[in-house]
Amino acid sequence: MLIKIKPELGESEVTDRKMFNQRRRLIKAAAGSVVADFGMGLAPHIAAAEPKIFSSAPKSSLSLGEEPTDYDDVISYNNFYEFGTGKGDPARNSQNFKTRPWTVSVEGEVAKPGTIDMETILKTQNLEERIYRLRCVEAWSMVVPWVGFSLGQLIQQFEPTSRAKFVEFTTLHDPEQMPGQRVSVLNWPYVEGLRIDEAVHPLTILAVGLYGEILPNQNGAPLRLVVPWKYGFKSIKSIVKIRLTEQMPRTAWNVAGPNEYGFYANVNPSVDHPRWSQKRERIIGGGIFTPKRKTEMFNGYTEQVGHLYAGMDLSKFY
Amino acid sequence: MKQNQIFWVVVKILVFITALSPFAWMVWDTVQDKLGPDPIETLHFRSGDWTLRFLMLTLTCTPLKLLFNWNFQHRFRRMLGLFTFFYATVHLSVYLALDLSFSWEQMVDEIPDSPYVLVGLAAYILLLPLALTSTRKMVQRLGRNWKKLHRLIYVIAVLGVIHFLWLVKEDLREPLIYAAVLTFLLGTRMVFAIRSKNTPLRFAPALRNLLFGKA
Repeated sequence: MLIKIKPELGESEVTDRKMFNQRRRLIKAAAGSVVADFGMGLAPHIAAAEPKIFSSAPKSSLSLGEEPTDYDDVISYNNFYEFGTGKGDPARNSQNFKTRPWTVSVEGEVAKPGTIDMETILKTQNLEERIYRLRCVEAWSMVVPWVGFSLGQLIQQFEPTSRAKFVEFTTLHDPEQMPGQRVSVLNWPYVEGLRIDEAVHPLTILAVGLYGEILPNQNGAPLRLVVPWKYGFKSIKSIVKIRLTEQMPRTAWNVAGPNEYGFYANVNPSVDHPRWSQKRERIIGGGIFTPKRKTEMFNGYTEQVGHLYAGMDLSKFY
Repeated sequence: MKQNQIFWVVVKILVFITALSPFAWMVWDTVQDKLGPDPIETLHFRSGDWTLRFLMLTLTCTPLKLLFNWNFQHRFRRMLGLFTFFYATVHLSVYLALDLSFSWEQMVDEIPDSPYVLVGLAAYILLLPLALTSTRKMVQRLGRNWKKLHRLIYVIAVLGVIHFLWLVKEDLREPLIYAAVLTFLLGTRMVFAIRSKNTPLRFAPALRNLLFGKA
């Protein structure tokens, strides 16, 4: 098998799973100071193999005060249909995905349209750690410590015009690298959208990492959206285009199933999916006897985002 | 003759062990904590998959007779049918006990919201009388009615495939494979029913030889 080395990400930075697990155990052991000496002795090796490149990112006050889901679960269980429709497919099929060079074009209703490359983004944006709960429309959830920055700040740099009412995001379209795109399960490329006030809300971020590390390919590298009060499918991955528009974007899941997946897709336990209940969610990483948790309105962010939907019938605008 | 009987008993035991192995595997993975990040879903999906697979295998017995004039498979039909029931029971138990935690509140909240769950439940309820009348005694007691009753399996199979088709989000490929297999299995019966009275093809031996070589 040909292993392609990413230009920006040296091979030494790629951590294999087994090693990672071993280290986790060692780190845990060291933290518990049970075998402190042993842990200390291995510390340089640990640092070399797992650069926490974002470890200096300040912790955001907007984070949940909850224990994140295990790293292994976060990187091995998710939906990313570009790499297959099974939950384990993204981790399996995205390992050779090339995330460099990578540019994002910002266009449409902006005074200064242009492209920005990942290096510039990483250098110029204020990265923070944000611990959010990700609630999937399939009624499961996990808690992820993202590293990212405010989408609003990025958009402001391109100076939106007064006609900018919506923001449309597009994922890379590259069936050669993304085997899932060779099957027409969705109308590729994946498109998502937000209303402009949702897009510039302080909770809305573009993530470049998780657990202090570079975003793994399967989680939407190199750049993905995270909108914590909406179902996971709104948080589009591997973004190459951000377009500000006057019209509401035609989003991928809404096109595929208009009765089932609305444009807003706010987490809402009182509006069920036509085929299943949204009142509760399975907790990823729980055991077989872990009961489901009750889903919260706006995934727990009613105070912060409730006003955006004042006067709207959320059973109609689901 | 006696040797022949021993042979089939041994084969039956082997088939039984093989049919039970997916369940043993589920138990093993559960005990070893190897069910992945969403263990309830893993158990739920695996038991559902095996229910449908055994259902399809059960329904394969008759077409094998019709197309190739084979008979050996009838020795396993009851066992395959009961394994279908067994895996369906595991599937339902995982749903009620683990997914819904046996909570009335959750059942009331969630079951009526899911049409595919209702379809699955209907299929299971129809499966119950078939499992209960599977003993030799019941076959004798019911006589011709036994056959009529057990035609319910066709309805159950259709409901089972609808159950799967209805629950997937957008990727219909896997349930459509089951739909295709079921269409073939039921279609074969229909063709023969229209043709005459369930007699095997006149050219069955020729077809068999063509596909599998001379026996």
